Amino acid sequence: MTSVQSKLYADDVSLVVVLLDANPFFWATSSISFSQFLSHVLAFLNSILLLNQLNQVVIIATGHNSCDCIYDSSSPPQTHSSENGALPALYAHLLQRLEEYSEGFPIRATPSTAPSEYVAIMNAIFSAQRSMVPIDSCYVGAHNSAFLQQASHITGGVYVKPQHTDGLFQYLVTVFATDLHSRSFLQLPRPAGVDFRASSVFGQAQGDASSAADRKRKAPET
Amino acid sequence: MRRRRGRLGLRAARSVREAEIGDRGGGASRVRGRMRRERRVRRKEGMERNQHSIPIDINSNPNQPTDSSCCVVLSNAVADHFRRRGGREYPYLNPEDWIAGKANMASGQVTKRVKYKSSVKDPGTPGRLLLTLEKLVFKPNNPNSASKLNMEFRYIKNHKYTKEGSNKAPMLNLTSSQGASYIFEFENYDDLQVCKECVGKALSKSVEAPKPADTSEVPSEQPTTEELLMRMNLLRENSELQKLHKRFVIDGILTEAEFWATRKKLLSGNSSRNTKQRVGLKSIMLSESRPAADGRTNKVTFNVTPEIVREIFAEKPAVRQAYLNLVPNKMTDRDFWTKYCRAEFIQGTQAAVAEAAEDEDLALFLKPDDILARETRQKIRCVDPTLDMEADQGDDYTHLPDHGIARDGSKDITDSQNEIYRRTLSQDLNRHAAVILEGTTVDDEQLRDTQSVAEALARSKQGHDSANEEAYANANQERLQRISQLMEIEDLRESDDHPLAPLSIKDPRDYFDSQQASVLKTSAGVETMKCSLSTREAYGSLRQSISHIKAAGLTDPIVTPEVALKVLSVLTQNISSTKFGLGKNPGESVLDRLPSAVKDELLYHWMSIQELLRHYWSSYPITTTYLYTKVKTMILFLIFIVAYNGKFKVDLLFCNLQHLQVSRLKDAMSKIDLQLQEMKESVQPDLRHQVTLLVRPMQQALDAAMQHYDADLQKRSARSGERPNGYA
Repeated sequence: MTSVQSKLYADDVSLVVVLLDANPFFWATSSISFSQFLSHVLAFLNSILLLNQLNQVVIIATGHNSCDCIYDSSSPPQTHSSENGALPALYAHLLQRLEEYSEGFPIRATPSTAPSEYVAIMNAIFSAQRSMVPIDSCYVGAHNSAFLQQASHITGGVYVKPQHTDGLFQYLVTVFATDLHSRSFLQLPRPAGVDFRASSVFGQAQGDASSAADRKRKAPET
Repeated sequence: MRRRRGRLGLRAARSVREAEIGDRGGGASRVRGRMRRERRVRRKEGMERNQHSIPIDINSNPNQPTDSSCCVVLSNAVADHFRRRGGREYPYLNPEDWIAGKANMASGQVTKRVKYKSSVKDPGTPGRLLLTLEKLVFKPNNPNSASKLNMEFRYIKNHKYTKEGSNKAPMLNLTSSQGASYIFEFENYDDLQVCKECVGKALSKSVEAPKPADTSEVPSEQPTTEELLMRMNLLRENSELQKLHKRFVIDGILTEAEFWATRKKLLSGNSSRNTKQRVGLKSIMLSESRPAADGRTNKVTFNVTPEIVREIFAEKPAVRQAYLNLVPNKMTDRDFWTKYCRAEFIQGTQAAVAEAAEDEDLALFLKPDDILARETRQKIRCVDPTLDMEADQGDDYTHLPDHGIARDGSKDITDSQNEIYRRTLSQDLNRHAAVILEGTTVDDEQLRDTQSVAEALARSKQGHDSANEEAYANANQERLQRISQLMEIEDLRESDDHPLAPLSIKDPRDYFDSQQASVLKTSAGVETMKCSLSTREAYGSLRQSISHIKAAGLTDPIVTPEVALKVLSVLTQNISSTKFGLGKNPGESVLDRLPSAVKDELLYHWMSIQELLRHYWSSYPITTTYLYTKVKTMILFLIFIVAYNGKFKVDLLFCNLQHLQVSRLKDAMSKIDLQLQEMKESVQPDLRHQVTLLVRPMQQALDAAMQHYDADLQKRSARSGERPNGYA
C-alpha cells in the first residue's frame, strides 16, 4: 500500500482530533504516569490553540472498551475556573469531563472486544486514507506498534515513538503541532522502516495495540 | 591415551621444575643432564605417537590435573608460523619450555652445532645442522662457504655413527642412495645421540613413506615453474588475494599448496585463457580477392589458397557438396577449381548462360545454391511473424546521395540489375558474416587437404542441423502459439494482471466459524492477562492521576531545557539520517556509506573468515590424520581471527593459543560479540545498526563451524575411546 498524496492546503489552520488513550490497564503499567502524560498533552493542546486562533481541538478519550468525546474547543467556553486557579479554564473543564468519563467506566469488565472492533478500526483508517486525513501516532508503549505504524504510513501521517518520555512535550510540539500546509515544505521524521507484517485480524499481533497513546490529526473541514 | 600422555608430560614438567628449584644451590650440570634425559623421553614419545604434532599442556599451572579435552595439538603449520615469524631457526624446545612460556615455536626438529666433513680426515666446516623428519639442512657459519646442504631424507640410505666410549670424535655418517657420504662431527655425544634418534626416526619414516591414505590427501608440494609464475601473477594482479595469501600462507596458517588447492579454477581459468583462444576467420570477403590480370594477355589468374577453399566451402555448401561428389571420381582437384573460377568469372554475363548450357558441371556453380536456400527458408520460418518490418524502413539511407552500395569501386549499375544485385549482395554479406561468427571447426592441420576440409565442414553442418531439427520443431510450435496470442486484441480481453491473488476459501462458513472460535479464545486470554491487575485498582489509579493533576496543576517547566535539547537533537539526527539513508539510492549499498576504514576492515575480515571456513569445511569428513590436524589448525585460527578482530597483539595471542582449550571455544565465541560490539561502537550511531546486520552472518558462520567442531569432537571421543585422536 502506498501512502496517499496529501491534499494541498493554502492556510495553516488545523482541526486536531486527539484520541487520548485512557486505558487504565495500560497506564497502570506504563513507565510514565498518566498525570505526567496529561500535563504534556494539555500543554500541547494549548500550544495548538495558541498557534492559530482558528485552530480547533477535539479530544476523544478511549478507554478499555469505550470512548467518549470529552472536549471540543468550538463549543461555547465554560467560564468557571478550577478551585485553586492552578489550571486554566480549558484544562479544568477537560479534566472534569475526563474524570466523569473515567467514572462512567463500567467497573464490571466485559470481555475485551478488541478483535471484533478490528474491522471498525480498519474502516476508520481506510476512510482517513480515502479522505486524505493524516493519522499521526505518538506511541509511548515499550515496543513499536506495527498497527499504528501502518496506519500512519498509509495516511501520510507521522509515527513517532519518543525515546525520552520526559521530553514528550517537545516531541509533540516539534512534530505533531506542524500544520498540514507547513508539512509540504518541512521535513518530519520518517520511520526508517515500517513493519509491514500483516497484523492478524483476530490473532495476538496487536496484543499491545491498546497500550498506545495515539492521536489523530484531522484536516480542517472546509 | 591422550589423557595419559598429558599426565605424563605434566609429571615430567613438574619434576623438572622441582629439580630446578631444588638444585639451585649448585648441581646445575646435574639438572641439565636430567633435563636432557627428560627431553629424550619426551621426544621419543612425540615421535612414536604423532609425528606431525607435539603435545602441549594447556594449563600453565602444572599442579592442576589436565583434562583430556583440554589438550590441543598444535600442528606443524602453527609451528611453522612461529618459526617464520621469528625469521630464524629455533633450537629444539622441550615442552617444559612451552609451559614456562619461553618457547616461541613448536617443532619436531633438531638443530645442533656441527662440523660438516666430506671425509673423515677433512677438518670440516663449522655450522648448524637442522634435522626435521623430512629433511636435513646444513648451514655453515660462514654464509659464503660452499658447503651448504639441503636434502630430503628419502635420498638417505644409511646412517652410521661413532660409539660413545670410543676415543673418536662423535660423528654421524649419512650415506645417500647415490653413494655419497655426509659426515657431521658433533660437539659431544649427547648431541650425537639426539640427532641419531632423529635420523633413525626420519629414515624409518621415509622407508614407509608411501602411506597411501595420508600422503595422497596432502596436496603435493611441487608445483611446476609455470604454475608458480601463474600464482605470482595472480597475486600481483589481485591485491585482495595477496592480502589473504600474506595473512595465511606467509604467516604459515595454510601451506602454499593448501591455499592454491582451493583456487585451482583460478589457475586453470587463467591457463585456458592463454591456450584456448582460437584464431577466428578473417572478415575480409572473398570477392575482394579478385583475380589478377596481367594486362597483356587475356589470361587471368585465380589464387586458390587453403584458406580461400575453406571459406568457399563454408559459405557455399553447394560447392562443397559438388566437390565431395565430383572429386576425385569425375575430375581432379585442379579441374574442379578451374571450373569454379571460370564460373565465378563469367557469372552474370551473357557467356555464362551459353556455357552453362554446354557444361553441366559448370552450370552447377552458376545455379543458385539450393542448400543455402533451404537453410534460409528454415530461418525465415523462425522469424517472429509479428515482426514489424515497416518500422525499420526509416533506417534505409540508400536513396540518399553518398549512401548506397559500392562494390568493386563502381556504383553505376543499371536499375534493372540493381534489385537482384542488391539482394544477392546483401545475402552474400550476411552469409559471410554468419560464417565468420560461427567460426570454424577446421584447424590449420586439416586445411592442407581439401577433401578433408569439405568433409569436416559437411559433418559439422550435419551435426548442427540434426541438433537444430528439434529446436526448429519446438520453435514452430511456439510460433503458432505466439500467433494465436497476438491475434487477440488486447482491448477486448479481460485484464489478467490481478495485483492480488483472489482469496479462495473452500468453505466460508467453516472458516468464519473457526475464526469466531479463536476470537473467543484469544479474548479470553487477553482478559485473564489484563486482569492480573484488578479492574477497580486500575480505574482507581487513573482517577487518582486525574485528580492529582487537577490539584497540583501543570509542572513548571513542563520540559527542562536539557531534555528539550536532547529531544530536538534526536529528532534532527533521525530526520537527517533517514533523509540521506535507505531508499534514497537503491544502487548504493550499505557498505558504501560506511567509513572506508571500517568498510575495508569488514571486507577483510569477511574474506579471511571465508577462506578459513572454506578450508575448514572442505576437510570434512575427516578421514586422515592430515585432515584432522588441518581442521584443528583451522579452528585455532578462526579463533585467531576472532581475537585479531579485537585487535589483540598477535604475540599475546599465541601465548593464549597455548592455553587454549577446546572447551573454551564457547568463551572465545562470546568474546567475538564483545569485539564486534567494539567495532560497532567505533562507527557512527546511525550506521551501527547496519554494521550489526553485516557482521551477523559472519558470527553465524563462525558459530556453525565451532558447533560442528564441538559436536564432532564429542562424537569422536565417544567412539574412539582411548586412541589419541582417532588415528593412532
